[in-house]
Amino acid sequence: MKHKGHNVYMVSGGVTKFAKATPEMDFRLRVKKAFDYALNDANISLGDIDGSVASYFSDHFQRQLMSGIMVQDYLGLTPKPSKRVEGGGATGGLAFQTGAEEIASGRMDVCAVYGFETMSHVNTWKGNEFIALASDTNFDYPVGGFYTGYYAMMAVRHMHEFGTTVEQLAKVSIKNHGNAIHNPYAQSPAKLTIDDVRNSPMVAYPLTRLDVCTMSDGAAVAILASEEKAFELSDNPVLVKSIGTGTDTMRLADRPLGKVTLLPNEKESDYRNLQYPGVHSFRAGRTAAREAYEGAGITDPLEELDVIELHDAYTSSEIQTYEDLGLCKYGEGGAFIDEGKSELNGKVAVNPSGGLLASGHPVGASGIMQGVFMFWQLQHTIKKHFKDDALQVKNAKRGLIHSHAGTGTYVTATIMEAVK
Amino acid sequence: MTINPDAKMPETQSGTEVYSFDPLVVKSHYEIDYIHSYAQDSEFFRALGKKKLMGSKCKKCGYTYATPRGHCMMCGSETEWYQLPNEGRIHTFTTCYFGSEEFLPETPFNLIMVEFDGVDSLFMARLIGADLEDMKIGMKVRAKFRRNQKISPTDVYFVPI
Repeated sequence: MKHKGHNVYMVSGGVTKFAKATPEMDFRLRVKKAFDYALNDANISLGDIDGSVASYFSDHFQRQLMSGIMVQDYLGLTPKPSKRVEGGGATGGLAFQTGAEEIASGRMDVCAVYGFETMSHVNTWKGNEFIALASDTNFDYPVGGFYTGYYAMMAVRHMHEFGTTVEQLAKVSIKNHGNAIHNPYAQSPAKLTIDDVRNSPMVAYPLTRLDVCTMSDGAAVAILASEEKAFELSDNPVLVKSIGTGTDTMRLADRPLGKVTLLPNEKESDYRNLQYPGVHSFRAGRTAAREAYEGAGITDPLEELDVIELHDAYTSSEIQTYEDLGLCKYGEGGAFIDEGKSELNGKVAVNPSGGLLASGHPVGASGIMQGVFMFWQLQHTIKKHFKDDALQVKNAKRGLIHSHAGTGTYVTATIMEAVK
Repeated sequence: MTINPDAKMPETQSGTEVYSFDPLVVKSHYEIDYIHSYAQDSEFFRALGKKKLMGSKCKKCGYTYATPRGHCMMCGSETEWYQLPNEGRIHTFTTCYFGSEEFLPETPFNLIMVEFDGVDSLFMARLIGADLEDMKIGMKVRAKFRRNQKISPTDVYFVPI
């Protein structure tokens, strides 16, 4: 597909500690802290930045339109070019890719991608209402208006179709909350058992409180650069090898019941009786992965990826995403977690940071946060940034970051590679 | 001439709720009424008042939708209205014990996706008259309609047969 453009590298990153509420800082100061961390870490000066991309999801949370320009202004980046990119939960992933496009097109040599969300200005249930306005407000919102409800229906269908169990969902929660114990930026590190997860309050069957991510205040910044500039600014940049993006229908009800979108390591006979994507799988995730793999020359993702940060807003969506990304076949996601393949020291470390479930999910920041954690993994600098090397994936050479908007409407997959 | 150096903004008795002084956190209120048009989907809502559930059918490729949809996602052609059966089956389900603020007072409530024979896509709705333990995939359900329409997709709901 198409002209690939110039090589794109990530040269630095910064993240604020995600928290339920940080009223002592507004979104501008939060981004400033992550931005300064990124600049200082690679000795980049404000003058090196050619422009930016702003990543935030909802105008409702702050009741402030044009928050992006307020950040641009506060960071001292005016009058340089900037734009906002928005696509629900995938906002961060889309903004990261837009930053990559600014470099690949040759328009910028250095681009700052900053993401933020301030969700603490309203209570949790009003926050859920704001988020639910990202579903069709004519047909879906008035019926139930609750994303956990939508994902719960998808999880029930996945369980029906493939035999996935609530214990398998719980194992994702245990893994991700457990990983976060070693991540100082994470909002809810915890050592959990299957009973803890299953006995926590039921939100929407089968998803309990511990199967669902939290609302957060937070910010994250990724600095991307052209090849020439990257090696001038850093002796350890990370290549942004390829990007992929997929979409699907707004309403779950409209998802087709057709044939599986195949990856290179699959054949049609693998899925004789599966109606796809239905509501059990994310066609947008599969489409994004296929484009990204094509761009990176990946034909066997489980063998060719060392570390993945994926969008686990729900434990069920992590299992669904193993399959979309082709780490296993459709239907094998439950077994994948049972067999420990996604554990920190498993076949491919999935969400070593703790993911959204444990790191928190300040929507516009989440996809950028994944980029920063992946950058540190591939730089092998987790110890430096986390003050703890427990989460450093040994021999991490190639990783994938995956960002996902409500019910799988927009999904991004980006491949990053160590060069050093 | 109105130059008046002694001009003073009038003081009022209304105040601001303060939650915290350091940092200073105050209450900020927002409310609005929209003039919302259902536009090309209007017929769906009008039909619910006549106890009819209307879907869309592509005039060109024949793809059938259990939802209102002016143009076909498969071929881009215009669709026409057609009446859906009143009976279908549960494709998937959940019970919500929490929800958005607007729906919290209604919890717990059941959400289902309905599949209809001969229809290519699904329909999302509330199911009443059954608890979580009662709902099964494949279970037959029937559409019922509110007598006093709210001009909302909840004017239709489903019950177990």
